[in-house]
Amino acid sequence: MIYFDKVTKFYNGGLAALDDVTITIEPGEFVSIVGHSGAGKSTLLKMIFAEELPTEGTVYFESNNIAHFRKKDLNMLRRKIGTVFQDFRLLPTKTVYENIAFAMEAAGQRNEDIAADVPHVLDLVDLSEKMDSFPRELSGGEQQRVALARAIVNQPDVVVADEPTGNLDPISTYEIVQILKKINDLGTTVILTTHNKGVIDSLGRRVITMDEGRVIRDDKSGQYVL
Amino acid sequence: MALWTNIQRVSRAGFIGFLRNGFVSFTTVLIMAIVLFVIGSLITAGAALDATLVQLQEKVDINVYFLTDAPENEILAMRDIVAELPEVASVEYISREEALEAFRERHRDDQLTLQALEELDDNPLGASLAIRAKETSQYEGIANFLENETAVGGGAQIIEKVNYFQNRAAINKLSSIIDASERFGFFVTLFLVAVSAFIVFNTIRLAIYTNREEIGVMQLVGASDWYVQGPFIVEGALYGFAGGVLALLALYPVALWIGPASQTFLGSFNVLSYYGNNVGMLFFVLVGTGVVLGVFSSFFAVRRYLNL
Repeated sequence: MIYFDKVTKFYNGGLAALDDVTITIEPGEFVSIVGHSGAGKSTLLKMIFAEELPTEGTVYFESNNIAHFRKKDLNMLRRKIGTVFQDFRLLPTKTVYENIAFAMEAAGQRNEDIAADVPHVLDLVDLSEKMDSFPRELSGGEQQRVALARAIVNQPDVVVADEPTGNLDPISTYEIVQILKKINDLGTTVILTTHNKGVIDSLGRRVITMDEGRVIRDDKSGQYVL
Repeated sequence: MALWTNIQRVSRAGFIGFLRNGFVSFTTVLIMAIVLFVIGSLITAGAALDATLVQLQEKVDINVYFLTDAPENEILAMRDIVAELPEVASVEYISREEALEAFRERHRDDQLTLQALEELDDNPLGASLAIRAKETSQYEGIANFLENETAVGGGAQIIEKVNYFQNRAAINKLSSIIDASERFGFFVTLFLVAVSAFIVFNTIRLAIYTNREEIGVMQLVGASDWYVQGPFIVEGALYGFAGGVLALLALYPVALWIGPASQTFLGSFNVLSYYGNNVGMLFFVLVGTGVVLGVFSSFFAVRRYLNL
């Protein structure tokens, strides 16, 4: 489903953020990417939804070269990929409900579908009571659950989560990981980067370990070894 | 159907954004209002200048005085020739009798002069033509035409004098003052409008700068460019609309205040009655300018961040 073919990335002539990375991610997989800060994890994720493009090599999404996508194709791609970030990236002037509805509106969904699906995902992340709150009124864990709800509301093929638990306490971390597992059980591919050894060890799924822009380990059912 | 739904969503998001970004909206509207107030004042000042200049121009004419024995048909023939000139706005024929009547009227209280007039056997006054040009600068040409007419044609015997040549200095001076003030007014207006547009653009850019991360998030969620831009453009239009209305409202007390003084100072022009008579025009110009400035500024300001 996602294929990195000898991908290298330089930022403004500096060191290589990614160095000759070749990996394949199959549909329905739950892949964790681990590594120190600056190992290239975030750059790798950004290439999946084309926030960054490779300097050399090619990234394929469903056997299409992302670098060749036009703006319109990019929007379609991004509607198939749900994204979650360490800093939540919610729209501060919209309520919880509106934040999630926005993703559906942007994808051109019908009003009736929005009215039906948004409460449903809010229920899934256990935030039904907070749907009229603004992000600033929520705790970090709650904000991240809103972000997750937004990421999955369009029923994406892939959910990409970049350090989603980086700012959260252990209980919130546990909740987020449980939701990600649930999403994956329903058939959605999940790609996760994290520093959290506990999260990786509890998942027992595929782990890709990166260092200095290179993939140094790729274990089918890995542990956090760094 | 889908387009209509999108328009509804975008407009709604724009309105909600305008209301929820209360402080930013308030500041932007205020700056917009100040800028549009200046533009409104400029329009009024321009109208005052125009009215004053027109009034001055109407006071200028040239008079051709004919000899007392000039035959009326020749004078009328000359009037017709002059009336044909493209520069001439109007020609008025004042017969000898009318001139005498006007003279008597003017010296109504001056018995000595009237008595002296009675002593004369004949009407001492000649007929005359009062000529008004379309532009002050055209008097020179008309006067030259009349002079040639005097030298070459049969006019030589009948024209006594053309008073342009006495008033030439004053007319030329007025003409150059009118030219200069119109040109000056135009450049001042142009300059202030450019400065205003610049201020508005930067204000809105600043307002949108605070939303730049949101714009990135919207793109990452897969929103199309215009779906991201739309609400900001609606907000920009609302800034312009609210600013225009506010500026129009603010002009009223100012017009009320300087209305009587303007009448005294400028003669025919009253700022208050100008405001009253042109409130519809001012509304369209100020609100229209505000909305156009707001929409354009938002459009370009958001585009800067549509780079994902």
